[in-house]
Amino acid sequence: MTIEPPTTAPLPGSVEAPVLEARGVTKRFAGVTALRSVDFAVRPGESLALMGENGAGKSTLIKVLTGVYQPDEGELLLGGSIAKFARPLDAQRAGVSTIYQEVNLIPLMSVAQNIFLGREPRNRFGLIDFTKMVADARGLLDVYGIDVDVRKPLRSLALGVQQMVALARSVSINARIVIMDEPTSSLEAREVETLFSVVSLLREQGIAIVYVSHRMDEIYRVAERIVILRDGAVVRVGQLSDIPRVELVSLMLGRSVEKVRRSGSTAFSATNASTAPPVLVAEDLSRRHQIDGVDMQIRPGEVVGLGGLLGSGRSETLKAIAGVMQLDRGRVTVDGKPVRSGSVPAAIRAGIVMLPEDRKAEGIVPNLSVRDNIVLAALPRLSHAGFSSRRNQDAVVEVFMKRLHIKASSPEQIVSELSGGNQQKVMIARWLAMRPKVLLLDEPTRGIDVGAKAEVQALIDELAREGLAIVLVSSEVEEVVEGSGRVIVLRDGSIETELQGADVDEEHLLAALAGVNE
Amino acid sequence: MTEQTMTVSLPTRGVGLGILQTYGVYLAIIVLLLYNFFFTPNFFNIGNFRTQFVQVVPALIVALGMALVIGTEGIDLSVGGVMALAAAVMPLYIGYGLIPVVMIAIVVGGLVGVINGSLVAFIGVQPIVATLSLMVTGRGIALLIAHEQLVSITDPTILAIGRGTVVGIPCSMIIAVVAVLLIAVLVNRTTFGKQLIAIGGSRRAAELSGLPVKRILLMVYILCAVLAAIAGIIGTARLGASVPSTLGNLIELSAITAVVVGGTPLTGGQVKVIGTIAGAALLQFISATLNQHNVPDAYSQIAQAIIILFAVYIQRGRLAVR
Repeated sequence: MTIEPPTTAPLPGSVEAPVLEARGVTKRFAGVTALRSVDFAVRPGESLALMGENGAGKSTLIKVLTGVYQPDEGELLLGGSIAKFARPLDAQRAGVSTIYQEVNLIPLMSVAQNIFLGREPRNRFGLIDFTKMVADARGLLDVYGIDVDVRKPLRSLALGVQQMVALARSVSINARIVIMDEPTSSLEAREVETLFSVVSLLREQGIAIVYVSHRMDEIYRVAERIVILRDGAVVRVGQLSDIPRVELVSLMLGRSVEKVRRSGSTAFSATNASTAPPVLVAEDLSRRHQIDGVDMQIRPGEVVGLGGLLGSGRSETLKAIAGVMQLDRGRVTVDGKPVRSGSVPAAIRAGIVMLPEDRKAEGIVPNLSVRDNIVLAALPRLSHAGFSSRRNQDAVVEVFMKRLHIKASSPEQIVSELSGGNQQKVMIARWLAMRPKVLLLDEPTRGIDVGAKAEVQALIDELAREGLAIVLVSSEVEEVVEGSGRVIVLRDGSIETELQGADVDEEHLLAALAGVNE
Repeated sequence: MTEQTMTVSLPTRGVGLGILQTYGVYLAIIVLLLYNFFFTPNFFNIGNFRTQFVQVVPALIVALGMALVIGTEGIDLSVGGVMALAAAVMPLYIGYGLIPVVMIAIVVGGLVGVINGSLVAFIGVQPIVATLSLMVTGRGIALLIAHEQLVSITDPTILAIGRGTVVGIPCSMIIAVVAVLLIAVLVNRTTFGKQLIAIGGSRRAAELSGLPVKRILLMVYILCAVLAAIAGIIGTARLGASVPSTLGNLIELSAITAVVVGGTPLTGGQVKVIGTIAGAALLQFISATLNQHNVPDAYSQIAQAIIILFAVYIQRGRLAVR
């Protein structure tokens, strides 16, 4: 963005009237406040970034702006007058358009048909005028420098081009505000460039852009203003040029800026890595659009933090090691023996187990008892010739319920009746019953109460002391720093840096997350 | 945070509904028996009960397999087709004696199960679609094999499966009891049973726990089809004829009804063996009651439809909790 379109340069001291505004918007779900009195305004021709970590309220805000949700309190203003969007169509008609990372057009229809879907040009017999439709579609796409055969079915185009078509469609339906939700997450670098040039063309036409992305490089390139959300509230609105990266990260994560600024002065210290040979070696883990060439070595008794912002590839790295995600490239060995990639049973046999991030959907089996959930993975080992042995199970269940202080009325209690913390302990018990060598923890303390959190953290320490190799992913900076002996920091799917010894502190981690090299 | 509000509301949700969900089928059976006790002459005698039990055997055996499939959050519509196939191949091997005839029928049924299971487990076809195609083609192939003809069976050893008795107990009942015991042990006492239920409860969690999800699904569909084939053998033996055109017609509906009425949710994660028996018994009692009061058979089908609607309606509460 070297050339500023005239409409986007507000005169000093004057503020152009916003085209879309949210005032004091509050949205609650079942007792949880997702948005807390949020003020938000975007002006014609401006490009506004919207950022925040998981649970910050970004998607809720977008859904309020596009009529998917109605605010519980507060109001929306469109061109200065109060607007009520009862459904998404109302917002679209009013000129608020959304481009999702998944293109929501009809893949089997032609590009031209998609662009004019529902408003096809008619000839004098009232039938669709295909000649005009094709010509119009071509003319429209030419404006944005998109050169495709508009008669081809949409799905034959690359994903990036499909997105451009979606963009062109929404703009041709008098869009005044275009909300882009992670538009580049599945695009190639070249496609990203095209997208950016289209964005600047749109801005020249006075269309406002709301740009949601986790990629900081893109944000600084594409946007001029930013709204940062955290825990459902706006924590900062300002010109991006006034907000350095480190500050942006610390605002998103809620860590103090002063601490971060001091990070440059901290001295490096010698690493105190243990001398045991690594139990887990992962090399060149790669999967298109997700992770690229991630290497790591974990020794027994070590807790290694895996740092990174949302979308940095930290969960994907764990999934790759645990065999949950297919890899394009790369290999994993345990004690020097290669582990077949892309197979959960193979990983488990090798001694790698993973506590998944989404406990409810991927962890517990909700309608089964605590007992059945604990023994789920270990069942074959606890059985005789295919018959499950109650006595073997009781031994395991008893040991882990006691050791992990799982609070349940009995082992037969249905697991979904337990608190989140106890469910998490049941999950950990399930894996400890497998006597693993490597424990991968994805957000082990998310959504559990303070007491259980402390217990789980103490348990992680204890397990490491007993010789388990642990990889810890957490979006809480504090937890990563205090729990880990060293921290591998990921950014955009690759390893940015590794913090060791005395460098494992919040200041260094925040700097690394922001991609600030010292 | 949201999960806490959910768990709090769980125990308080409709106590009455919970009782209906768990014991509704038994209540209905008691009500029906009481009605017959007072208003149906000659209902309460050994002979009648024996007839009822013998009649329900094929549907019960099919329902046991169906319960396993539904426990994995699947469904098997092809059971009637499998029964027809079993009936169609039996006359072809009639000269070789009882064992080969039974084996070939079971193997043919098992093959259908392999196809169903492979489509569902490995190719990822939705169970209803995969088994719907075999529901139609199964009976079609059966008719081709039989040249659309009815073949009477005279081999006494085969007929004995449907009509004979051992120490006064009908053979088909013995087979049913053995099947019930085997399935009950399978579900409650084996690793396989526990894993099957876990898959139905949360397929993703089962996969991430390293369970052989695909293999188990395959096995479940094979088991269901083999049980349907056994039901086909019993049905054919009872009729004394191979009738692929009508044998097992609409039995998938009876089986699904029995399973669902018996308290196994269509959303999987539970298998109620005793409940399934009760469900099958309830259906049988309803049609017998209507029959003995000279109500046309069509009404018993309507009654069945109403029961399944009601049973699924009651289970809705369970869905909402999940």
